[in-house]
This record gives sequence, C-alpha cells and structure tokens, in this order.
Amino acid sequence: MSELGLEDRERFEQLVLPHVDAAFNLARWLLRGRTDAEDVAQEALLRACRFFRGFHGGDARAWLLQIVRNTCYTWLEKNRPLELSMEFDEELHLQTCATPETLAIAGDDRKRLTVALETLPPRFREVLVLRELEGCSYKEIAAITSIPIGTVMSSLSRARRQLYTALANSSQGACP
Amino acid sequence: MKCDFADSLLQGYFDGELSGRRAAEFERHLRNCVHCATELVDLDLLRDRLQLGQLYEPATASLRRKINAPLHGIAIAPTTAASQPRLWHWLAAATALLFVAIVLGRVGPRLSNDDYQAELAGEIVDAHVRSLQPGPMAGIASDDERFVKGWLDGRAGFAVPVRDFANGGFALKGGRIDVIEGRAVAVLVYERNRRPISVFIWRTREPDTSARTGSRQGFQWVDWRKRKMEFCAVSDADPVDLEQLHQLIDSSA
Repeated sequence: MSELGLEDRERFEQLVLPHVDAAFNLARWLLRGRTDAEDVAQEALLRACRFFRGFHGGDARAWLLQIVRNTCYTWLEKNRPLELSMEFDEELHLQTCATPETLAIAGDDRKRLTVALETLPPRFREVLVLRELEGCSYKEIAAITSIPIGTVMSSLSRARRQLYTALANSSQGACP
Repeated sequence: MKCDFADSLLQGYFDGELSGRRAAEFERHLRNCVHCATELVDLDLLRDRLQLGQLYEPATASLRRKINAPLHGIAIAPTTAASQPRLWHWLAAATALLFVAIVLGRVGPRLSNDDYQAELAGEIVDAHVRSLQPGPMAGIASDDERFVKGWLDGRAGFAVPVRDFANGGFALKGGRIDVIEGRAVAVLVYERNRRPISVFIWRTREPDTSARTGSRQGFQWVDWRKRKMEFCAVSDADPVDLEQLHQLIDSSA
C-alpha cells in the first residue's frame, strides 16, 4: 500500500492538485463524456498519488496529464476498443451531416464544435485539446503523449485540417 | 495549390514554436505564398472559434469531492518507522480504492501485448518496492495461514489461497491489499534468506498459463494463471528461489 508522508502529501497537494481541471478536461475529451471522465480522472489521480514518490520535480501538469492519458487509453482499450482504431471518415461525415439532430444543433456553435471535435480520432483529438484548450507547448505535448515533437507538429496539422473539414460540413447544414 | 512549407513550418510558425532563424525563413516565404497566407488566416479563425466556444471543461464538483476523500485517505501514514498507522485512514483509502475498482468493473488484465505486460510488471514491481519502504505496513503481519486468509478474503473480495511454506524455506510473513491497474489485489509476503517476496494475487477470467518471467529495476518477477486466478511473485531474490515458490504455490492451489 502506498503511503505518502506528511511532506509528500503537502507537495502532492501543492504541485498536482492544482491540475485537476486539466486532468478532467483531457479525460472528458478523450472519453467524450463527463461521467466516464469523472471515474477515469479519479483513478488517474489515485495512480498519480501512488506514483508520486517517482516524481522528482519538473512539469507537474505534464506528469499528471501523461498518467491521465494512459489511464484513458487503458479504459478505452477495455471498454471501447473500436474507437482506438477509428479513422476520420470524410465520406461518412458528409453522409450524416444533414440528420435532424445535426440540423437542430446547427444554431449553437459550441455544440457544433463539440460534435466536430468528437468525430476526430482520439490521437488527433488529444493534440488539439492539449494545444488549443490546455495551451501546452509542443514539448509538453510530446512529453504527455510520448510522441516525437516532429510528429506532434504533423498530428496537429492533420487534426486541424480534419476539424476544419468536419466544421465545414456541419455548418452547411445539408449534404451537398 | 500545395506548398511544401505548409506541412513542415506553417503549424510551427502559427504556434510560435519555430526558432528565430526558422521563423524569419518562413516569413520570407510567406510574402510570396498565397497558399500559406490563406492557411494562416484559416488557422487563426479556427483558434478564435475554439476559444469563443469555451470548450474547456473544468473538473466537476463531484469529482473534487471524490478526490479529496481518497487522496487524503491514501496519505495514510508518515514514513517514520516509529509512528503508528492510523487505521481509519487506511480503511478510508482501501474503501475508496475498492470503490474505484468496482466502478470501473475491472475483471482481469489483458496481457495481449508486450507493452501492456511491461506496464503491469512495472506497476507490480513498483508496488513491491513501495512495500519495502520504511514505515508501518498497511496490512497484517502474521505467520498464521488462517488469520492472514481471514484478513485478506474480506478485503480482496475473493477466497485468497494462503499457504505458509516455512518447511520449504519460504516463511509466510503476512498479507496486505494493494492496487494494481485500478483493482484491489491481495498480496502475500514471504521471506526467503531474509529477503522479502511479494506474491500478488487477483481474479481473472483468462485461461491458465505457464510461468512467464522478467526482470525490472533489479527485481525479478514470475507471473502465471491458474484456476481463474493470476499470480505474480516479485523479489530481488535469486530467480531460482522465485521459481521454487511458484512450484510450491502451483502444486498447492
């Protein structure tokens, strides 16, 4: 059983707990839902607490988000394995763009952005969330996702293009 | 029109991640490239739209409530060997962790690939190392099979096979509950030539396997499954000793 001493506990509260919002936000976007995100973020924080002795300073947010990301992927592998092999399908997106549901939400840009972002494969979604919502640098994204910086840049490029396509389709409101 | 600069430098320039020299190089290019200039405007519009959409979702109040309890609960005891463990803290932590395990409905590890197995072995070795830290052990110290079993069964949620192999050179020292991959697991502690060995045991739905072995950070581990239970023994003892303990447990299970 992991035991944090008083000093470690204080350090944990000072360094890691301020990033609970970041942890939840990343989990929410990777899992596409608040309820699952709450459970998985909670588990990730417990793991962070247990592994805290192995954290020797540095970027606590990146350290925590790395654990959150791994916990999310483990959860996805177990619960929604198909999602991890998901590719962005422009055709599919075009075909579904005019359902009553998408038309109904077309008036609300926040919802439209949410739907568009959620259609991206997780690996593209996460770099966008980390960059645009969390404001991470390429170096931080590379540390969190364990991918080289060059790949961070090309993933962001593809992610932005896909998001752009998804948004363009949904704003048309009807299939061309 | 496709521009070669677009993929390699445009994103980095937009995100302010290029070095001064590279940024200047890109700006020179930008003066003559309509494609990149247009793309840059599009990227800007997209970023503005994402900001205006207020997509950032901060932690819910219920998550904050939940993590405060178990996190305080986990920090159960000071690391000085002289102090006493605080039982209520330990119980709070165990309850919270079991809750997480139940909520997530984790039933068995999937050792489907090397990465996963390495991660699992890593967690188990980490857990063993943590148990070696000075301080009170959050568990039960006893060489009495039935006593250790009684303590573990209720907390692990399944019938833990507890055997003392003192005659075979592996003296039972006690048991504890640990958490591996978000799931509460039973741990038996043996001693061989004054070296502690942790045997992690949890329920699985996977079929039986013969022993797989590995080492990590100077610790050896041997993992096997039998009768819907997975065992993983970890120690810095001689690998031959671990194999011997594996045989003893396997033949008694």
